Amino acid sequence: MLLHTVNKSPFDRNSLDACLRMAKEGSSILLIEDGVYGAMKGTRAESMIKGASGKLKLYVLGPDLEARGMRKENVIDGIQVVDYGGFVDLTVEHQAVQAWL
Amino acid sequence: MAEEDMMDEEGGGVIKKFMYVNRKAPYGTVYALESLEVVLIGAAFDQDVSLAFIDDGVYQLAKGQETTRIGMKNFSPTYRALEMYDVEKLYVEQESLDARGLSADDLVVTVQVVSSAEMRELMDQQDVLLNF
Repeated sequence: MLLHTVNKSPFDRNSLDACLRMAKEGSSILLIEDGVYGAMKGTRAESMIKGASGKLKLYVLGPDLEARGMRKENVIDGIQVVDYGGFVDLTVEHQAVQAWL
Repeated sequence: MAEEDMMDEEGGGVIKKFMYVNRKAPYGTVYALESLEVVLIGAAFDQDVSLAFIDDGVYQLAKGQETTRIGMKNFSPTYRALEMYDVEKLYVEQESLDARGLSADDLVVTVQVVSSAEMRELMDQQDVLLNF
């Protein structure tokens, strides 16, 4: 299984959309850098990722949330917040990393 | 604009309307920080300056930014200091806030929240537009 990373805002680029289209059931998506905006509740992009939460494992990088003033309490249910150690764990647990830019 | 309105009282120079248009989130790219630096440099020229925040640019003003763990400078407090440089016109588009589940209360500084139609009019009134 692949670990997909997305580092672009879903409002600026269609990287998250493309990632969700190509991610196989059971694979993982980690939102990093500007990608973390896609993990927030109450946005126009919320339904896109909510629809995928059943078949994919979803993660968001905590330090990137903090940097942008995005609060963990406002992360969509079903998306797990991980730190850099968690990022490393995800990387080694997966066959390869597909980095959507 | 009439000739006398264009003249600065002290230096006699022409005062133009400058708008800095911010459309990028902070940190992911360098646009937001670069814009802020140009605004601060430009403030020395006593022009009629305004800042517009639309699309992901509204994220630049999000409260509670804490960048220690990404090893980058948190420049969000600087928006609060713009007032000291006589940069007092900060416009944020309502539609951009709505799309991101944000409101004026989520921002680090007091801004004028305007509709797309109002922002369009503000842009139309400018002499110089700088995009970041």
